[in-house]
Amino acid sequence: MRMKSLERYTDNPEFEYATSGHRACQGCAEILALRLGLKVFGRDSIIAMATGCMEIISTPLPTTSWRLPWIHVAFENAAAVASGIESGIGILMDKGKIARKDINVIAIAGDGGTSDIGLQALSGAMERGHNFTYICVDNEAYMNTGIQRSSSTPFGAMTTTSPPGKKSMGQATQKKNMPKIAAAHNIPYVATACPSYPFDFLAKIKKAKATKGPAYIHVLSVCPTGWRIPSDQAIHYGRLAVRTGMFPLYEVENGRYRITYSPEPLRPVSEYIKGQGRFRHLTEDLIAEIQDHVNHDWQDLKNHSEMK
Amino acid sequence: MSTKKGMEVSIAASVAAKLARVEAIAAYPITPQTHIVEHLAELVANGELEAAYINVESEHSAMSACVGASATGARTFTSTSSQGMELMHEILFIASGMRLPIVMAAVNRALSSPLSIWGDHSDIMAARDTGWVMVFCENGQEVVDSIIMAFKIAEDRRVLLPMMVNLDGFSLSHVIEPIEFPLQEDVDRFLPPYNPLYTLHPDKPVTMGAYAMPELYTEAKYSQEMAIRNSKDVVKEVMDQFSREFGRTYNLVETYNTEKADTVFMALGSINENIKTAIDSLKEAGKELGLVSLRLFRPFPDAEVLEVLKTKKKIVVLERVMPGGAMNGPLFNEMASLVVSNGLSVQLENFIFGLGGRDVEPEELMEVYEQVVSSGKLSHADNKNYGVIGVRS
Repeated sequence: MRMKSLERYTDNPEFEYATSGHRACQGCAEILALRLGLKVFGRDSIIAMATGCMEIISTPLPTTSWRLPWIHVAFENAAAVASGIESGIGILMDKGKIARKDINVIAIAGDGGTSDIGLQALSGAMERGHNFTYICVDNEAYMNTGIQRSSSTPFGAMTTTSPPGKKSMGQATQKKNMPKIAAAHNIPYVATACPSYPFDFLAKIKKAKATKGPAYIHVLSVCPTGWRIPSDQAIHYGRLAVRTGMFPLYEVENGRYRITYSPEPLRPVSEYIKGQGRFRHLTEDLIAEIQDHVNHDWQDLKNHSEMK
Repeated sequence: MSTKKGMEVSIAASVAAKLARVEAIAAYPITPQTHIVEHLAELVANGELEAAYINVESEHSAMSACVGASATGARTFTSTSSQGMELMHEILFIASGMRLPIVMAAVNRALSSPLSIWGDHSDIMAARDTGWVMVFCENGQEVVDSIIMAFKIAEDRRVLLPMMVNLDGFSLSHVIEPIEFPLQEDVDRFLPPYNPLYTLHPDKPVTMGAYAMPELYTEAKYSQEMAIRNSKDVVKEVMDQFSREFGRTYNLVETYNTEKADTVFMALGSINENIKTAIDSLKEAGKELGLVSLRLFRPFPDAEVLEVLKTKKKIVVLERVMPGGAMNGPLFNEMASLVVSNGLSVQLENFIFGLGGRDVEPEELMEVYEQVVSSGKLSHADNKNYGVIGVRS
């Protein structure tokens, strides 16, 4: 993408807040999402990041990939740390100790740090109404620790802790619907996004940035390493996830659902599943089961949405 | 000038935090909790204290939010007890490793199971090596003064470490005591606003909480260890300044009747007031017992303890925690280390007492004294290494 095309979203499209030299895997869509997204947030931002891929690839002492104030504390508490930051800068502004201006507080965590171990801290921070944006970069497993399943791993996927075998077909549970959980907190802005649709993603970051109160963005971040796909296929599989309805793009603004990109007619899920090593063991029956589930969820989303 | 009031010690602790002009408070009412955070919430709600009060959803998030707030440069305070301290255990290490001068009132209480909301030192002894500077208080006045001093110590550029002010649950936290409160203007003079070295701010981006490869981890932890070791001088300096400015004397190690006595007790916290009563009663009967009380516990004031104990014959270490399978209680083990590494010829005895709020009367302490002075090295019935005061087997 030519950086000039980002001018609608940022006044400094060339500036990199996530710099090169990080240790992300080839084809990683998470770092791509953050690289683009941070351009929209801009310099007046503070990041609280959970332990995970993005943390571990970016900050081996004494180096850093971040040209923004950045803090990492632990795995399960990015939202709590962000709460402290937002409260801290707020009181220091109130007391005149630092100049008053809008500073974006951004919490970033993976799917494990969000939908599993970090869910309580996130729920607390959303309920308290802190003025911050929470970005979940969802690569659908604990990739950093060696591809273990999370509650965000899709049905049927092979991981090191949901291996297929004589008595197993891989992940036996459905992907936890984190955006719906976030929306249930009645926060002003919730969105799903995928860097394969960069302008949709950037528009949502821009909205989150402008939101007063909590904003939650759930970013499907294709992981070639964990999904067992070639490293040049991350964008392609992100597109297929959206076009098959496996990962719909929508937003929930003040409680109103809106599908931001309609892929109808949906492509069959087999187009998405076949070719990914993590689904290699799936039978046609199981793929049909996944198709039924996607059809149901897509209809459910359309029923919720204004775009019917 | 100051004002003296009768007040519950928990409430007094929150008044001390207000006098220190805390700017961020994150707290969670885990069972058991105290009035400390309740009263702070009231002070903020009434506009008497200008601070951010974060009603977090757990103690883990309480300490996490404190880390975030402190990293922005806000003066940060919290309080916890028992299960809450265990829940925040992970982040206690991170707060000290990141060198953030958070101050916490730790109301020491027993750990489940069985569930007990009453006082002992099970919680703090499980957290004793988290890299926080730690003091123990014997009464409400010390709690108030220690909280004010804690910010000055923690925020000192030579220290930059979090600090815990320990006070016993119930026997201190829930009692009403006469307490002298320093005037705000005097506290302001003693404790200027926090001037942080690094903060999270867009004008000067810094990375905090990076990870270390094996080539650097040891060095990072070594420099942190040097900081806590060297903090002893700052603690002493601040205590001396406090003594000069407010007229109440504080020392790293406090002693009572140690000049004449060959036998001394050593303990932490509010039990020391009962030990002093026992010492006075023994004195009337012509018997001499001394007391060494550690006000500073981390860093361990080894030289100061040694100075008092080097001429003593019998040292009795009393502690409010079960050893959990260790040979002895944790304080005894440190004393044994001190004795051996300095070649002292002394009889060391260990007693466990006061678990889960069990009262220990001065008479029982006098019995311990009689038992120790009338024999050589004690061998206890069920466990030869330590006795448990008042236990029914």
